[in-house]
Amino acid sequence: MSKYPADLKYTKDHEWARQDGDLVRVGITGYAIEQLGDVTLVDLPKVGAKLDAHAHFGDIESVKTVSELFAPVAGEVAEINGKLESSPELVNEGPYDKGWMIALKGAGSLDALMDAAAYEAYLGTLDH
Amino acid sequence: MTETLKRTPLYEEHKALGGRIVPFAGWEMPVQYAGLLKEHQAVRTAAGLFDVSHMGEMILEGPKAEETIDALVTADLTKLPDGKAVYNVACNEQGTILDDLIVYRRARDRFLIVMNASNRDKIAAHFRKHCEGKISFEDASDRYSLIAIQGPKAVDVVRAAGASEAIPALASFSLTDGTIAGVNVIAARTGYTAEDGFELFCTNDDAVKLWRALIAAGKAFGLEPAGLGARDTLRLEGRLSLYGNEIDETTNPLEAGLGWVTKLDKPRDFLGKAALQKIQAAGLTRKMVGFEMVGRGTGRHGYPIVEWDGSEAGGKTIGIVTSGSLAPTLDKNIGLGYVPTALAAIGSKIGIQIRGKAIEAVVVKTPFYKRTK
Repeated sequence: MSKYPADLKYTKDHEWARQDGDLVRVGITGYAIEQLGDVTLVDLPKVGAKLDAHAHFGDIESVKTVSELFAPVAGEVAEINGKLESSPELVNEGPYDKGWMIALKGAGSLDALMDAAAYEAYLGTLDH
Repeated sequence: MTETLKRTPLYEEHKALGGRIVPFAGWEMPVQYAGLLKEHQAVRTAAGLFDVSHMGEMILEGPKAEETIDALVTADLTKLPDGKAVYNVACNEQGTILDDLIVYRRARDRFLIVMNASNRDKIAAHFRKHCEGKISFEDASDRYSLIAIQGPKAVDVVRAAGASEAIPALASFSLTDGTIAGVNVIAARTGYTAEDGFELFCTNDDAVKLWRALIAAGKAFGLEPAGLGARDTLRLEGRLSLYGNEIDETTNPLEAGLGWVTKLDKPRDFLGKAALQKIQAAGLTRKMVGFEMVGRGTGRHGYPIVEWDGSEAGGKTIGIVTSGSLAPTLDKNIGLGYVPTALAAIGSKIGIQIRGKAIEAVVVKTPFYKRTK
């Protein structure tokens, strides 16, 4: 049984992307959250911001560290998860559902991203 | 080049307890088990168990031990009673800090000194050189393990683990020989969390037995194994310095807020004393302060401190953050940093530059957290 949802696509920076009707929803993976620990702040872009693929779109802070967030594909920010401003812990509680971060419209294709099996194989190369 | 990382005798225990292992000062150490916040909370309300075997231990013995060590550290060891410990620093000739140390006085001719893992080689060489021809010196770091049990329930846990009577009876900053669960230990009522607790030295062969006994005895008291992550947030709330952050060879103990352990009036000359007297006479140009974030974000190690003028970019750079984190007990973002003396007063407004933007912060009284006895 895979630890990572099969309906998502993944990046090497540990973001996930889900085709959600016309939108592509984006968050970070369980692996990223294990590395970060308890999330204390999520800084997101404004609705309407236009992102290139791999563009820096925000920052996530945990008690211990701060990391940058990168867009898995190009697109325009159509929605942001406003709940994260007051409740960043939602990212720890549900990284693939209530902890989502942004939704992109007019997004590029997800085909080039890794599927769950490829992402897990990739993680295998990171652990020592 | 890959560096070979060392493992403490408790490495497999950490793995079995779900510890996430990270490299730290040349060691593979657990950064967290169940989660930093849970571990932090356990130490504040119950107890936490830390493997700090990476720390270094030096054993210095001989009739001239007191005077030899007294010439290398800022505390006045002639006033330290047998069986007592003191926190202080060792400086170089320029009066800047080589390391912060706990000096344990077992007797006038018998001392144990604990140093930072990151400074072990430097400090051991320094002390060895100054002991030559005077007293015996052993870097015992590879023989000893060190386990810290910290929190309001620490005394109950060591008692439940079968500690010999002298251990729970120890006063703060005192030490004794004793046994816990049949293991010979040197027990000291010291720590790095701003809570009550003990630091227990044992030989490497006994470390697993002692660790397991404390884990088992601690279950009934809510003890959690705790990693380096919680250790860092706990010490920060207590405003305890971390070498490499608040203090290093570019900082002196007076500006670092360690004047209270720097006995410039002690009779003996010690390394750095003359330089520190000059620094004191000239007046400090900067001081270590505690701050609390007013705006959103966390000021972290290395972030610039700027003049607060309300603008997004902030004013000119005036200092640097040495440590910063969410303070779990206080639910505030706190930090330590150096600012010009004129801005060191409590209530001074400063800006912390976070990802290119100045965020408002205010200088506050420290320690951020003090336990209510």
